[in-house]
Amino acid sequence: MSDTARSQGAGQPPMLEVRDVARYFDVSRPLLQRLLAREGKRTLRAVDGISFAIPRGTTLSLVGESGCGKSTVARLAVGLYGTTRGEVVFDGNDLSSARADAAQRRRMQMIFQDPYASLNPRWRVLDIVAEPLRAFGLLPDRAAREKRVGELLTQVGLSPADGQKFPHEFSGGQRQRISIARALSSNPEFLVCDEPTSALDVSVQAQILNLMKDLQRRMGLTYLFISHNLAVVRQVSDRIGVMYLGRLVELAPSETLFEAPRHPYTRALMEAIPDLDMTGRERIPVGGEVPSPISPPSGCAFNPRCPLANDRCRRERPGMTRAGATLVACHAVEEGRDRQ
Amino acid sequence: MNNLSAKAAAPLLEVRNLRVEFPTRRGTLTALDDVSFSIRAGEVLGVVGESGAGKSMTGAAIIGLLEPPGRIARGEILLDGQRIDNLPREKMRRIRGKQIGAIFQDPLTTLNPLYTVGRQLQETILTHLPMTPAQARARAIHWLEEVGIPGAAQRIDSYPHEFSGGMRQRVVIALALCAEPRLVVADEPTTALDVSIQAQIIALLKRLTREHGTAVMLVTHDMGVIAETADRVAVMYAGRLAEIGPVREVVKAPRHPYSAGLMASIPPLDRKVEHLAQIDGAMPRLSAIPRGCAYYPRCPHVFERCRVERPDLIDAGTTRAACWLHDPASEKQVPFSGTGSTVHV
Repeated sequence: MSDTARSQGAGQPPMLEVRDVARYFDVSRPLLQRLLAREGKRTLRAVDGISFAIPRGTTLSLVGESGCGKSTVARLAVGLYGTTRGEVVFDGNDLSSARADAAQRRRMQMIFQDPYASLNPRWRVLDIVAEPLRAFGLLPDRAAREKRVGELLTQVGLSPADGQKFPHEFSGGQRQRISIARALSSNPEFLVCDEPTSALDVSVQAQILNLMKDLQRRMGLTYLFISHNLAVVRQVSDRIGVMYLGRLVELAPSETLFEAPRHPYTRALMEAIPDLDMTGRERIPVGGEVPSPISPPSGCAFNPRCPLANDRCRRERPGMTRAGATLVACHAVEEGRDRQ
Repeated sequence: MNNLSAKAAAPLLEVRNLRVEFPTRRGTLTALDDVSFSIRAGEVLGVVGESGAGKSMTGAAIIGLLEPPGRIARGEILLDGQRIDNLPREKMRRIRGKQIGAIFQDPLTTLNPLYTVGRQLQETILTHLPMTPAQARARAIHWLEEVGIPGAAQRIDSYPHEFSGGMRQRVVIALALCAEPRLVVADEPTTALDVSIQAQIIALLKRLTREHGTAVMLVTHDMGVIAETADRVAVMYAGRLAEIGPVREVVKAPRHPYSAGLMASIPPLDRKVEHLAQIDGAMPRLSAIPRGCAYYPRCPHVFERCRVERPDLIDAGTTRAACWLHDPASEKQVPFSGTGSTVHV
């Protein structure tokens, strides 16, 4: 949490600040069945107390395996979910009040994973890209709106004439460009990108990542980038948070994280990635699987899979401690047991 | 490795000039065109390419499960010297499972949700091997242990939904291998899994196929998986083979401009680059594959001949590439070099 004070610039609040946020979901069975089976309520702790801040013009990425809560954080960050606990602060204002104000709301936008599901197949691209403009009443004049859509399409590497086409006439990469154009149409400052390239082929992924970096440079955008792919994350991030079972286990500047990963889970994750240089190399994969977030292990959530786990790890949940530029939640690192 | 070379003369699987067509109302689409390759016993052939390039289609043609109206229009597929592409449905069904095992991307759709995993394993074993039900059950438990399912003797009576994604994929692998097939076609076997589970499954697949001398055709879009697992790689583009060769060569010193572009566009894990190499444009649709080389509209080295004449696989050092740059008769010669140290041409 001490990390939040360290935002870039003098006196300017970070674009987004997340303070000890949790989001629980009730996954109980229906009341009658619960009574018959004599069960209690069941709660899924999708996000369980995480804190971070994103300074203006920078990219914070969250990585982790499926079910770690990274997409829930993305939705919390734009207010699509409310918090169970903690607060989300957007540019100095509480998000729930900021969302009530259309002028604030248009400053944040989201890009989704699947460009086949996130574009209405029955709308022309022109209408898709212009939707935020209409929703926020930004350009009431139709001709001005069409001109703006043309500019946006050009900006993302399509042509203004593409506005007359339907989504099915485009490839996956082109569709993701349309999603980006739509997200940019309300002139946002903050974009939440939830696995924006996961559904794309690798050669197309490179096009989209380059485009996103280029737009950030030109327009000073702030990104919250969600991905499971560490190699992708390295290319776009200033800072990276590693999530496991609803908690942040490590938060560090991008280069620091890759040069010196501290948390045993971060290390295991990096070890597990097959890469091109190791033709034929044997690896020792981390054993076990991610436990259920409905009944997480006591103490540190990673302890059943961790080679460094001891009694304290099984008993006591580790808090974030500072180690150089890195924040890490690990008893072993705190006690220096990881360096033996 | 050396004793394998004696058997090298007779490949286990041979695909010759395979052409798959889909008749549609607007004319016939050619999904695969003149695809030829072979796999030896104990060898892992990786097949990579963008979605729609024909990787899965090639796998489906080999196991005889092309979706209608798709059909093999030309060429032949030989397993151990015997043609299997023209067999009657019932005969092919017996080969599938016994001789050729299949692993698909999504373990939940591969398994029947209404039967216990034990029943599904036993059924497969009894169909293909002469055993009593009790023997088959013991063998099913053995295979569940073999793929690393803890408490196999208890878990055998569980239903697929009672397993996690990674465990389900282990069951699917047990199902594919339990009749001891000689060839396994694995279509994106780890794509639906998380990286830590993916590493476990790859290690398992490598160990089992090595121990049993099984040949594997591994279809995936993940070059990292290929680099770690495969002996040779085939790169596909728009329904044709662009390049085929030893994995190290294709990854480190690709000869086809498309393979080179594909390798370069993979974000590196070990460093940050300001601008990723990208291949502009997109793969052509099946209905609009250009005359000449299908890659020429995106190719940085295109010259006149590429636009009019379609290249076949040409020897290019240690790999074979379908690219006119490697034809000694072409006046234009390899202006690019691979990323690795190997000198070629």
